[in-house]
Order: sequence, then C-alpha cells, then structure tokens
Amino acid sequence: MPIETIIGAWVATGLTLFIFSFLYRDNPLFKLAENLYVGISVGYTIVKTYDTVIVYLIWNPIVKNGEWALLIPVAIGMLMLTRYMPKAAWLSRYAFAFIVGVGSGLAIPRVISSYILKQIEDTVRPLLIMVPGEGLSFTWSLLSPASSLNTIIILVGVSSVLFYFFFSVEHTGLGKVVARTGILFLMVAFGAAFGYTVMARMSLLIGRFDDLIEFTDPSYGRPSLWLMGLTILILVMMAQRSSHKSEEE
Amino acid sequence: MIFLRRQVPLLITLVTGLVFAVQYYVPHPASEQMLTSVTKWLQIIGGFALVLGVSSLFHVHAMKIRRKEVGWGYSFVLYVSMLGTIAVGLWSNGKEAIDGAMTSFGWIYNFMMVPLQGTMFAILAFFIASAAYRSFRARSREATVLLIAAIIVMMGRVPLGEYLIPLSGDLSQWILNVLNASVRRAILIGVSLGTVALSIKIIFGMERSYLGGGKE
Repeated sequence: MPIETIIGAWVATGLTLFIFSFLYRDNPLFKLAENLYVGISVGYTIVKTYDTVIVYLIWNPIVKNGEWALLIPVAIGMLMLTRYMPKAAWLSRYAFAFIVGVGSGLAIPRVISSYILKQIEDTVRPLLIMVPGEGLSFTWSLLSPASSLNTIIILVGVSSVLFYFFFSVEHTGLGKVVARTGILFLMVAFGAAFGYTVMARMSLLIGRFDDLIEFTDPSYGRPSLWLMGLTILILVMMAQRSSHKSEEE
Repeated sequence: MIFLRRQVPLLITLVTGLVFAVQYYVPHPASEQMLTSVTKWLQIIGGFALVLGVSSLFHVHAMKIRRKEVGWGYSFVLYVSMLGTIAVGLWSNGKEAIDGAMTSFGWIYNFMMVPLQGTMFAILAFFIASAAYRSFRARSREATVLLIAAIIVMMGRVPLGEYLIPLSGDLSQWILNVLNASVRRAILIGVSLGTVALSIKIIFGMERSYLGGGKE
C-alpha cells in the first residue's frame, strides 16, 4: 500500500477521533481539530476560488482570447475592496449597487415564472383523468403523487398553509378551521424534515464508523485501535489534571 | 458629492434592475449573450467578495495571536492550516488529481477535509437525538403529529424500520411526496412573493440598506 495512503489513514483516523471526543466533553483535542477544519476549509475555498475566478474566468480569457471586457467586472470587484480605505469606502457602493440591481432584476421574472406560476400550476391540476377505453377516471392511489386523491390533498395543504400565514384576515370561524389544518400540515412537514435530517446525519455517522473499521486493518498499521487508545489516554490524563486543579483550589 | 455617493448607486441599481428584468422578455441572441456575460461577471465579482470575508477572518485571528488572548494557540493552528492548504493548493494548481494520480492538495482534501467535515456533521446526529429526547414530548396534538411524522420517516428510510413497520416505507414516501411537498410549495410561494416585493423595492430605491450606513 502506498505510504501516503497509510499516513492519510492515520491522519483521518486521528482527526475523526478528535472530533468524536467532543461527545465526552469540550476538550483541547476537539478544539484543535475544529480549528484545523476551519483553516483547511477556508484555504480550500480560497484555492478553488482562485482557480475558478482568477485563472479560468479572468486570466485565461483575457490573455488567451483577448476578452478585454472582463476588465469591467474586475474593476467592479476591486471597488469592493475600497471598504478598507475609509476615505474611498463609498466607492464600494457602486459594486454592491451593481450586484443587487442585477440580482433583483434577474429575480423578478424568473421567480414569478418558476416559483409562483409553476407551483400554482402544479397545485391546481385536473381531478379527473381521461383513460383510453375507460373514459374519465378518478384515481384513489395514495402511492402515486399524481393521483386524483393526492391532488386534492396537495391543494388543501397548499391553500391551508398559505392561509395560515395570511394575517390580513382574522383566523376565526371557518378561517380558524383552515388555519388549524395548515398547522397540522406544517407539523407533518417539520416532522418529516426532522426525520430526514436525522437519517442523513446517521448515514454520515455510519460512513465515519465504516472508515474507522476499515482502518483497523493491519495493512494500515491499525490506526483506529492505536489512536483510540491514545485519545482515551489523553482524555483521562486531562480529566485527572483538571480534578487535581479543582482540588487545589 | 452626495450625488456621487448616494444617487449614483441608486441609479445603477435602477438601470441594471430594469434592464435585467426586461431581458427575460426579449428572446434575442444579443439578450441571451448579455445574460451569459453578466452571469460570468457576477461570478468574478463574487470572487472579490470572498476577499472581504476572508480578510475579516484573518484579522480576528491575527489580533488573537498578537494579543496572546485565551486560546490563541488554536488561532495559530487555524492560520497555519489555512496558509498550508493555500500553499499546497497553489503548488498543485488547484487540482485534487492529475492524470488519475492524487496530488498533495487531493491528499489534504481526502484525508483531512472530508473526514473532518463528515465527522463534524455526523456528531450532529447525537445532538439532534438528545434535543429530540428533551423537546419531542407529545404535549399537544400538533407535537404528536410532528413526532409521529418524524418516526414514520425515520423508520421508512432504513431496512430495519421497514422490517419492524412494513407500511413505513410507503407511508414515508407519501408523507415526503404529498404532505411535505404541499407545505414546501406553500412556503415557496410565500417566499417568492416576498422576494419579488423586495426586488421591486430595491430597484425603485425604497429599500437602501444594502448601501450600508456611514456618512451621506
């Protein structure tokens, strides 16, 4: 096995165990791994941004293709950096005004088309479907999201939730019933979102355990076992030291 | 001077906002080209925005190290790891692999960043479970509905859950595809209406907070 893979296995195992040590309590090993994570993530983002923006979007098109118009967004971007010069900081407003203006302009028609009209269109669908040979048919299957019964449920759900967030009308009488239906739909959605998130996290957890089990293999030098012992030993020593300190005080 | 500092930015927002709102309704190659170009421009300008964010992080941790504040050693670790990753990344031309062979930058990504990121999010499973235990008591009808939906979806996502509650798989799919989808759709419509309203306010200068405070 290549030496860099073996070293990588030791490093990955150590960092994984350092993060897991937080389950015992906040400790220097976790803080070390946490700051390492922030540092590496920021460094990675900087390199990727440099590679994408400076090299591929600015340098290569200007130098190789002569796309000099790209100097305009570079100039606008540079205006942002005037934030560091108090006397010229107002120039950064030009850059923000450009970004916000373009963003707002692009958003209006696209949001109306994709997120309002399209969503309403998908909500208000025909209840009866024309089946060749059978004529008009009402489908009861709950398992098909496109069934007639589900169409009614979706329509009720969307309308009641929208009504729940509509505060211009007092929620009394029939309005109260509709609003409460909306709350029930919201609760189901929050529960589903929660359950989905928990299982996604569980999947990540299984992935990490999978790696730790793989790294108990002798071909890697059993880093999981050695480093787990070392981590536990360090945590015990730290706990003893802190208890001695508190006794002295 | 107030014209340059206040009115010109508002004018830029108005003109660019109107131009790109109208662009959607102009199906001409020139209009499409303009959209392609401005998308690239926004990516470039966004790269410069990263400089602002990162420099703030640099500053905060540099001050911590300089003043030898509590935990300055961790800030030092952050600095070293960040600068180290940047140096290695530039050395590897920003590539994780070249011709199928892993670069030093790829090594950092595979053996440091991925395990750290994965574990950081994985331990959230424990905290979510702990928070759920404390807060998910079926105190009211709404809380009971939330609890039941969560349990069904959790059960329906794993083979063991489906084995224990055979209906949970189909029920979970129905909750996600129908009930959850209807709520997401309603929220999306509400958020979109808000986005359109805010965009109109920004374009016509009624919303100016993005220009920041300061003099004039």
